[in-house]
Parts: sequence; C-alpha cells; structure tokens
Amino acid sequence: MTELKLTRKDFVSDQMVRWCPGCGDYAILAQMQRILPELGIPKEDVVFISGIGCSSRFPYYMDTYGIHSIHGRAPTLASGLKLTNPNLQVWVITGDGDGLSIGGNHLIHTLRRNIDLNIILFNNRIYGLTKGQYSPTSLPGTKSKSSPMGSIDPAFNPIAVAIGSGATFIARTAATDVKHMAEIFRRAAAHKGTSFIEVYQNCIIFNDGTWSFATDPKTKHDHIIYLEDGKPLIFGKNKDKGIRLNGITPEIVSLDEVDESELLVHQESIENGSLAYFLSQMHH
Amino acid sequence: MSDIKPIYKDVDSVVIRFAGDSGDGMQLTGTQFSSTSAVLGNDISTFPDYPSEIRAPAGTLAGVSGFQVNFASKDVLTPGDAPQVLVAMNPAALKAALPDLVSGGTIIVNTDSFTASNLKKAGYTSNPLEDGSLDGYTVHRVPLTSMNREALKDIEGLTNKEIDRCQNFFALGLTFWIYDRRLDTSIKWIEQKFAKKPQIVAANKTALHAGYHFGENTEAFQVRYRIKRAHLEAGTYRRITGNEATALGLLTAAQKAGKTLFYGTYPITPASDILHFLSTYKNFDVRTFQAEDEIAGIGSTIGAAFGGAMAVTGTSGPGLALKTEAANLALMLELPIVIVNVQRGGPSTGMPTKTEQSDLLQAMYGRNGESPIPIIAAQSSADCYDAAIEACRIALRIMSPVIMLSDGYLGNGAEPWRIPDVDSIPPIKVTHPTEPNGENGKFLPYKRDPETMARPWAIPGTPGLEHRLGGLGKQPETGNVSYDPNDNQQMINERAEKVARLANWLPEQEVYGQEKGDLLVISWGSTFGATRSAVQAAIADGTHVSHAHVRYINPFPRNLGEIIGNFKRILVPEMNMGQLVVLLRAHYGTHEFIQMNKVTGRPFTIKEIREKIDSLLAQG
Ligand code: SF4
Repeated sequence: MTELKLTRKDFVSDQMVRWCPGCGDYAILAQMQRILPELGIPKEDVVFISGIGCSSRFPYYMDTYGIHSIHGRAPTLASGLKLTNPNLQVWVITGDGDGLSIGGNHLIHTLRRNIDLNIILFNNRIYGLTKGQYSPTSLPGTKSKSSPMGSIDPAFNPIAVAIGSGATFIARTAATDVKHMAEIFRRAAAHKGTSFIEVYQNCIIFNDGTWSFATDPKTKHDHIIYLEDGKPLIFGKNKDKGIRLNGITPEIVSLDEVDESELLVHQESIENGSLAYFLSQMHH
Repeated sequence: MSDIKPIYKDVDSVVIRFAGDSGDGMQLTGTQFSSTSAVLGNDISTFPDYPSEIRAPAGTLAGVSGFQVNFASKDVLTPGDAPQVLVAMNPAALKAALPDLVSGGTIIVNTDSFTASNLKKAGYTSNPLEDGSLDGYTVHRVPLTSMNREALKDIEGLTNKEIDRCQNFFALGLTFWIYDRRLDTSIKWIEQKFAKKPQIVAANKTALHAGYHFGENTEAFQVRYRIKRAHLEAGTYRRITGNEATALGLLTAAQKAGKTLFYGTYPITPASDILHFLSTYKNFDVRTFQAEDEIAGIGSTIGAAFGGAMAVTGTSGPGLALKTEAANLALMLELPIVIVNVQRGGPSTGMPTKTEQSDLLQAMYGRNGESPIPIIAAQSSADCYDAAIEACRIALRIMSPVIMLSDGYLGNGAEPWRIPDVDSIPPIKVTHPTEPNGENGKFLPYKRDPETMARPWAIPGTPGLEHRLGGLGKQPETGNVSYDPNDNQQMINERAEKVARLANWLPEQEVYGQEKGDLLVISWGSTFGATRSAVQAAIADGTHVSHAHVRYINPFPRNLGEIIGNFKRILVPEMNMGQLVVLLRAHYGTHEFIQMNKVTGRPFTIKEIREKIDSLLAQG
C-alpha cells in the first residue's frame, strides 16, 4: 500500500464556517481535521452525516463525503450507508436536541445494534439554531426563551443513556480540552462497533458558561477526572484526591488520609457496565 | 367403494370460499387450494380476508377468517364477485359468509362445530342447519371434527389440539376430491414445512387423504367438477402474491442494475411480507434492515442509496405519513430510492387488513414544499413484479425517490405468474462518475444530464469526488447551500421538469375497446381486474364502452388528455372518495368525470362496475 500523505488542509472544505465567533464547535472541527490525516484512511472513504442544529453544519466544512440530513435522523442514514459499504469510516455528528430529543429513538437503537459508526454528540445543553430553548440536557431550572421561569424537566445524562443502550464505546470530553478530545476521536475511530462521544461544547450565545465548572482552568481540576484503563481515579490540581467505592456509592477521599490502593481503578472492559454507570452518575 | 362411480361435469370457473375461525388455518387451506390449482394450469385469483386481531375470540364473527379462490379455465382478473361454494368450519363463518354466497350455492359445513355455545357466540338464536334457513342452498353436512379425530386416532404422539388443527387439511382433501385436484403439491408442502416433526407430517397427510376418501366414498359427492387448464401463455407458472412479486421485482431490478438490494423497513400490515420474502434472499446480495421505526426505515434507505445500493423502503399508509420528511430529503439529495406503499384502509390506523386506494393524494402531495415524486401503481398481484422493476428503473434514471403503490388486495391476493425469462428483461444502466465534471478538477454534484436531468451519482469511496449533500436550499450545479431567490426557483423548476420529462420516455396510455365514444372507464391500481372484466363483459354484450387503465400517475401518460378528449363521459371507479378524479380534473378539467367510490375495505365486484356502466349508458 502506498503511504497516504494527507494533511489537515486536505480535510478543509471550501465553505465558509458560519458558527458564531467563539462557539465551541470550532475546536471540535479543528481537532477532527487534525486527527483524520493521521488515521491512514483515504479521505474518499470518510463520511460525515449529521442531523439538524448548529453542530450539524459540520459536514459542510469537511472536505469528505457528507450528508446534512434531517432533524434527529443522522444515525439512520449512517446505518444504511455503513451496511451498504462497510469499508467506509462513518461519523455521525449530532447535538443534545438532535440526538437526544427528536432523534432519541434512533440513537438508542443505533447504539444497541453496534454497527461500526462513530457518533459525536455536541452537548451545549440548549437549542442554539432555533435561538435558545431549553434542551433535554438542560438542567432543571434553566431559564431560556421557552422557560422564562426555569425549566422543570429533569435532564438526560447522555453517558447513562448510552450505557443503558448497550453502547460498546462511551467517552466524554470537552471541546476546550483539545488534546484529550483528539485522543478520544482516535480511540473512537479505532473501535469496532458504535462509538459514542459526548463533547461538552459551549454555546457562547445562548448558554455561555454552562460547562465552566469543567472547563475553567480555575475550577476544572476539582471537577474532572481523566479515566485511564487500569489506573486509579485520582484528581485535583495537586492530584491529591481520589474516588473510593463505599458500598455501591462512589465517594471522594483525600489521598492524605486514604491509600491509593483503596481507590477505584478504571476498567474499560464492557463487562463492567455497572461500574460505568456509577461513573456516569458522578458529578460535582 | 367400487359400486359408486362419480359423474364428471366440466365447468369454466368456480369461486370457492374457505371460512373459519382465525385459528382454523383457513388462509393456509386457501393458499394450498390455489397453489394446486395453479399447478394444474388453471387461472386463479385469490382474496384473503382476515381480522387484524391475531386470535380474535374463538367462534365469534370478529374472528372469522376467509380465503376466496376463483379458479378457471379462462382468464380471470378478480377473485370473483360471489362464491358459489362455501366451506364453513363453524357457525360464525357461515353467518359471516352466507350473505356473499350466490343464491342456490353449495355449503359444506362442519356440523360438529354447531354446538349451542358456538351458535350463541355467532349470534344465532336457532340452529340454521335445522331451522330451514338454508333451504335454498345445497348443504353438505359433514361431521368434520369427529371424522378427522377418528382418522388420526392411530397416529402416536399427537395432542387433541394437534389433531383438531389438522381439520383444515381434511376440508382441503374433500374439496380436492370434489374439484378433481391432485394431492401431491400439498403433500410435498406438508413434508417440507414440518420436516422436523414427522408425526405432524403424518397427521396432516392422513387428514388430507381422509378428507379426499370421504368424498370418494360418499354418495353426495359423486358429482365431481373438472376445470380445464386455462389457455395461459406457454411457460412455467407459479402462484404468486403481490407482496412476493414486489419482492422478486425489486430483487430482479437490483440484479439488472448490478446493485446490492438494500431494503430498510419497519413491520407494518399489509407490507411486512415483502420484508419476510427479501430476508430469505441474502444469497442474491440482498441486505434487509429491520429498523426501529418507519423514519429509520427510509433514513437507512437514503444512506444506502448514497452508498450506491438499489435502496428501497416499504410501508403502508400510516408509515408513508411518517416517512414524509425523509422522502423529501431524498428528493433534495436527488438520490434514487423506491418507496413501496401497500395501501390499507385509513385514515389513522384505519383497517389494517382491509384494502383501499386512499393514499394516492398522499403520495402525490403529502409533503412540505414543492416536491414532485414519480408514482407508479401496480394493477394485479403478478404485475407487482413489473411495477417494482419499473419503479427502480425510473428512480435510477432520474435520481429521484419513486413511490410504487400497491394495496392489501394485491399484496395478499395471488394469481398465476409466468416465471419470466430473466434474460429478456433489459438491463438497467447505471453509471457512477469517477472523474470530476467541473473546471479545475471540481466535482459538481448537481450538474445535470441534459436529457434526463439526473445529477451524477458519485458514491463515497471514489477519490476526488468528495462532496456534501443536504436538505437546505441549494445553488444549481455546486449544490452549495444557498438562499438566493433565483437559485431556489431554478432548483425547484429543475426538479419539477425532471419528473415531467419522464412522460416523454414512459409508454403511451393504451385504450381497451374503441378509441372514441360515449363512455370511457378510467381506473388505476388494483381496480384493474374488476373494471376490465366489467368492460369486457359489456363489450361482449354489444355495449359501447372503453377502458383506460392508468399505470403512471405522476407524470400522467403524455397522450392521456387526447384520449379523454375522445370520449363524452369518463367514469372513474376508485376505492377511495375520489382521488384520481381530483388529478384528472386538475389536468383535464373540461370533461365530465363521473365518480364511483367505495371505501368498505373490499374491492369492487365486477357486477358493481357493470351496473354502473349500464345505468350510465341507459341515461344516454
Ligand atoms: S448559537 Fe451557540 S451553538 Fe450555535 S453556532 Fe452560535 S454559539 Fe455555537
């Protein structure tokens, strides 16, 4: 096989990117264009399929094959395409409204079937393109155009939905954490089966700061844990905190008081669905 | 017994109805009877009529399942207006079917089931076998349950329930005797179907033989009827339902186009059989995908079309409604897909197991925006094969979704089908570009073919032709998102023109009967059989009436207006409240169109249409 010499530029289309300045989507696009040339896949074999919403403009900006489809239905097109030509690498780009509201049914069934697709859900906890209504991931109490007194619906946890659907690759990353996000994209591409990635994405216009607890350099170290296979769950600016299981409840402990050997160790194996579920429920 | 010698009578055609409880196996009995008749070279037409409940309460009218077969030595186009023979397995079946039976018809009845409780369940206050209410008919009283039990008593390992479930084969055997049919087709079927259960094979075969011998040895059945072979075109025939024919047509089209057949769908009555049939043809590169819902069914189909497959989705009315938005996506992406709609009684859930032609306007107009989609309607069960091939051909020619309309009557009904010589079916030419079609090595996904106006079908995996498609308004040629007023107008004009131009390529409308005259009957879809039979009979009686059966509904055949202009009045029978007539009036409004509408869930009878023709002509 001749070596493919692709660069980031090969994946940049001639279309002007039209997201709001400062939108989290830019970083996701840039990382995707950065990692694709590394994968050794001819670009004609890469396809992006999206639904409707701000995030779903994504395929227009990639110089690959792509379809900007209809609201919520991208996983269905992707499934039909992959079944027709298994040689293609198919990415699904969706958002919290597209993937979890109008397209919720397709998302869960696609994850259940485990066809070799990569789904990236841009979660900004708001409807951006329709100008700011609360979404299925908006926290209760979210004040939005359609919930001026605060929303009352409980929010979906995308990771828990994916676990419940039997997904075989589940990851969460943040658009601000570009290195980690790039690595997750690589891992998803390598995974055989449906990969599901939730990306914390900031909508600067309608929901600015919704993820700042996890993205602001001042606070993030106390709020996020990098999960690595076989490694104990340690976090904090000084790596001085950890997670221990107390019965079936995860709890935060100080490494000053508790030995590292008592900490929960991350295991990526799919057999550990219940452990993954505990992790999905942790928030701080 | 050798001392009785049967007398044979030759008849042209017989219409027989098997009726029983949903659990009595009447659909199977009818199917077996028709298969054997097809093998014997009769022309056949069948009409299965069953409740939508899987097991409606036993013994009730709601639970009656019927299967009507018209078998003949002449050409038959319908399952017959009224049965001449009724096989009634219980009182409810008798009560439900009796009004349809011809006066003086023959009834074969299972007397064992006429118990007080069954009579009550059927709503009889007195026993019709005893109260004289059947006096005008020839009634054969057969203690079918007990005779079947007696015949099967020596077969080991059978439960009472299993024994009674063979009753239908006893009834089938008896009818095989009466109509001089061979047993071998059914025996072969039994042996294959129950290969893993030898005692069930033995039981059903014994029941079949027992029924046949009962006829042979019973005085009342010593008149046997013979129906000669029909003069069908030479060839090998098999019995085929419309849904089977559709499946095989799609498969043939895909093969002729050198394509994978992708069938993405969601179970829905009465279309599911297409999925069932196709799922057994993996060896012909068929990929069936049972999606999570109707929308996913068509969504996956669009994805498959993007990938270069012959992509098809199937559904029925409510499902077509759900597929609406995605159908329009296919229209905007200009990808070739076929949507098969096996129509059923509507609106809403309607009557899932009953037939209707009421989705025509949905197919035509049921989408947002300006969204012309070609429509082709099958006219008979066997014709579903050709219609499916043509639907694929059209979709691939102009890169567009195409709707093929079938209905429950065609889908479930059956007729003999001459297995075609596949070499005689022309190939379907499909090309995928491999080189850019624009300047500076650019690929223009919406640069159209000057003749067909189709856009090039570049498929993922082709280097250098990477492109993005979407549902947003677009610029001509590049397909780039555009809200420019002229771009939008031009693209809408082009998509309309692309469909309209098909009329130049599709065959002209044919007229049966005289080319000019007072009355023309225009039908579409499954009303073909009854309409053509009625017109044939009227012409044979010296009446001046003609028939045009419209197969292409969008676009209409290019000469349809001219034909209409040659007649004073146009009668339009439809199993809806007048939908084709809306389109005809819109196109050819100056004429007098007379509606004939029916939404009872049952097809037209020949008689109904004939009477209408006669009354119109009598008015002068
Ligand atoms: S509305 Fe929000 S999500 Fe949409 S492009 Fe603007 S910033 Fe991004």
